[in-house]
Amino acid sequence: METVLALLSGFLVAAAVWLMLSGNLLRFLFGLLLLSNAVNIAIFSAGRLTPGTPPFLGDKGALPDAVMANSLPQALLLTAIVIGFGLFAFSLALTIRAYRSFHHLDVDQMRLAEPKEDA
Amino acid sequence: MAEQRTGSGKARVFGYAGAIAAAVMAGLLSLALPEVLAGGRVLFGIDWAPSLGVSLAFMLDGLSLTFALLITGIGSLIFLYATGYMGDHPRFGRFVLFLFAFMLSMLGVVMARDLITLFVFWELTSVTSYLLIGFDHENAQARRNALQAMLVTAAGGLALLAGFILIGLAGGSFDLAQILTGPGLQDSSYYTPILILVLLGAFTKSAQFPFHFWLPNAMAAPTPVSAYLHSATMVKAGVYLLARLHPVLGDTPAWQGSLTAAGLVTAVMASILALRQTDLKQALAYTTLMALGTITLFLAGSSEYALTAAVTFLIVHSLYKAALFMVVGAIDHGTGSRDVALLGGLRGALPITALAAALAGLSMAGVPPLIGWIGKELLYAGAATISPEPLVILGVLTANALMVAVAGVVALRPFWGARIKTPHIPHEAPWQMWVGPLLLGGLGLVFGLGAGLLQPMIEAMLTTGFGRDHAAELHLWAGFNLPFFLSLATFAMGITLYLMRDRYRRAIADLLARLPGFDPGWDRFLDHFRTFAAWQTRLIQPGRLTAYLTATFVVMVLAIGGALLLRRPVIAIDLSAPLLIWVIAAVTAAGAVLTLGTRSRIAAISGIGTTGIGVTLIFIFFGAPDVATTQLMVETLSAVLFAIAALRLPAIVERRSKSRQLAHAVLAGAVGLTVTLIVLAVTTHPLDRHITSFFEENSYSLAHGLNIVNVILVDFRAFDTFGELTVVFLASVGAYAVLKRRSRKAGP
Repeated sequence: METVLALLSGFLVAAAVWLMLSGNLLRFLFGLLLLSNAVNIAIFSAGRLTPGTPPFLGDKGALPDAVMANSLPQALLLTAIVIGFGLFAFSLALTIRAYRSFHHLDVDQMRLAEPKEDA
Repeated sequence: MAEQRTGSGKARVFGYAGAIAAAVMAGLLSLALPEVLAGGRVLFGIDWAPSLGVSLAFMLDGLSLTFALLITGIGSLIFLYATGYMGDHPRFGRFVLFLFAFMLSMLGVVMARDLITLFVFWELTSVTSYLLIGFDHENAQARRNALQAMLVTAAGGLALLAGFILIGLAGGSFDLAQILTGPGLQDSSYYTPILILVLLGAFTKSAQFPFHFWLPNAMAAPTPVSAYLHSATMVKAGVYLLARLHPVLGDTPAWQGSLTAAGLVTAVMASILALRQTDLKQALAYTTLMALGTITLFLAGSSEYALTAAVTFLIVHSLYKAALFMVVGAIDHGTGSRDVALLGGLRGALPITALAAALAGLSMAGVPPLIGWIGKELLYAGAATISPEPLVILGVLTANALMVAVAGVVALRPFWGARIKTPHIPHEAPWQMWVGPLLLGGLGLVFGLGAGLLQPMIEAMLTTGFGRDHAAELHLWAGFNLPFFLSLATFAMGITLYLMRDRYRRAIADLLARLPGFDPGWDRFLDHFRTFAAWQTRLIQPGRLTAYLTATFVVMVLAIGGALLLRRPVIAIDLSAPLLIWVIAAVTAAGAVLTLGTRSRIAAISGIGTTGIGVTLIFIFFGAPDVATTQLMVETLSAVLFAIAALRLPAIVERRSKSRQLAHAVLAGAVGLTVTLIVLAVTTHPLDRHITSFFEENSYSLAHGLNIVNVILVDFRAFDTFGELTVVFLASVGAYAVLKRRSRKAGP
């Protein structure tokens, strides 16, 4: 089962990289979202996949009979998802702001803070 | 010298304080004299970085103590002198601070017992001398010359650090006391690199050819600084290092060859150039180079005569050179000029300075009964023991003869002969300015008449510093031997050169005009270096996001992909999975494909949303309900935000050419493949569950929670969660700030 998710993760990463290289800021953001999903799947798979047994303890902390899903990557993912959202929201605000200022979304043309090319 | 003299002069008190502090330090240091003269070593210090074997440790033996006494003793006189010379300078307080910091750094260099400590102080002397040389910081030339001195000596310092580390590796310790009593490094396999690196450090610091060019330029400093840096300190650091490491690095053909060559070339070249100068300070600068070259030359040797000559000449030179620099400053101060052509007959107006100049000048010329005579006799005795002897003797003879002539120009010419009208009416310097030169000049006479007075110190340097049984003896009269006749020849040649100096200057000037200069070369080098730096910055930082991303992804593929290829981890591929998983994965991937292909903003957002929901389903299927809930909320929120934003943003345009799209697709595929391989390699490797087990066993007993993921977030890793909240809060504040203000008009 891990193999399937490994393939999916790799495919999403490839799509994300292609979008991020496009030079369009909006597509860059799409890529960013895909990339964070892809990485989350990778982390999740690394902790192994156990269908249908969430990490809940029984009464008075009793361990269940079956092996529970790995709780560690889940905790990490929760943090990663929230941080990823913060990053995305801020980048989106920057994108809107950049469009207001430059009237285009072509990142390679945004050189206000860069030295003149080939002086 | 056109010093600004507008300060109140209240800062003079700092100058006196510096003079007293330096004198007290000299007094304290001389407490160590009895033990050091008895051939002992005084050790003290504290641990600094014990895990690295580095300590802030100091050591006083004959060599260190001689240098330390020269530094503090002459330092004290320099502070006094500076108070008279520039005590009313508006930045005199700062000047004293720099000078004192420099003196302490210099003391650190000569007293360090630990090589790393030595290096730190070595670099501190470069930094503080930079501040001193560039003290007149409104003058572009002074800034340039200060930078030149700093770059040359600091570059040498880096080489030196590498050399020291190799010494530490080869000798097993950074402790000089241990290294010096050890078996020596001559047979170590690191010997050649150590020698090259240490010599680079010493030669740059002591301005040996071909690194000599910075020293005459450093004359941009105020005269007290030149008097200090170029007599007993800064430039002597390199010589000190050579002397210090002589027992463990010396006595090999490589050592002898390189020191002889550099020393001889520097000494002869510098003395030829010295007589050409008409500016008294410049003339002295070149004679400093000559002295450094001579000491380096004699450190090449290993005989008692050569080493005794080196250390004696070092003391002799410190005494007369500091005095002469101060005399030149006094002439400048008293007449407004230091051009030899504009000065003459000053002995009536500046009688005390004239006396000091005569004493120091005679010592420099090597006239008996001054200490300079003894120094010169020793040089000739020593020269006869350094191969190739005829060449060395000839070189030393030439240099010494020229010194006689320069001494005449600097110490004699301005005071004797016909009175020449000077820029302002000459007056004697204030007492602070003649005490130093008179005392140092007088010491030259005392040590000359009482030749035995210096003997114990020289003895201690030779025994503890170089491991010899005895030093050669210092005699005022050593009989009719080779050195005596060479001295006579020196005087004859020197006086001839002095009388012919005008014709000589023209000849040298003609010659120099035809040779490429080192200084313009230095400027060209710096220009090219700056151009290169700008070029490589443009290359590495083109300022285009796609270029940075491409570089990042390419490096990632090469580094991780390369590691995977090299290590070839076991990878198990198991495609068996429930149909439902395949369906979810396919839907997730389909969302990404939709986003890839479409130009419509809404379609792209739908594609992204589809992927997000697909990932949520995966979390639900594999027992992660909390993660799934969060993912669903975040995906929904992202889609909503995106949809709102998309209304304000333009449609998507694909600007890439077909070939570029293909290239990016190949790179994207490679990155994706790398990620897949990493995940496969990780999941094939056995899982270490011990952290998870800890949480499973302790969630209830320690935190009273049954939902383990929740307990981890709010209890075991609560601070992480707190940090996460901070990030989200800052992101929202940042987003608000970015969007709040109406945009100003900005160019593309």
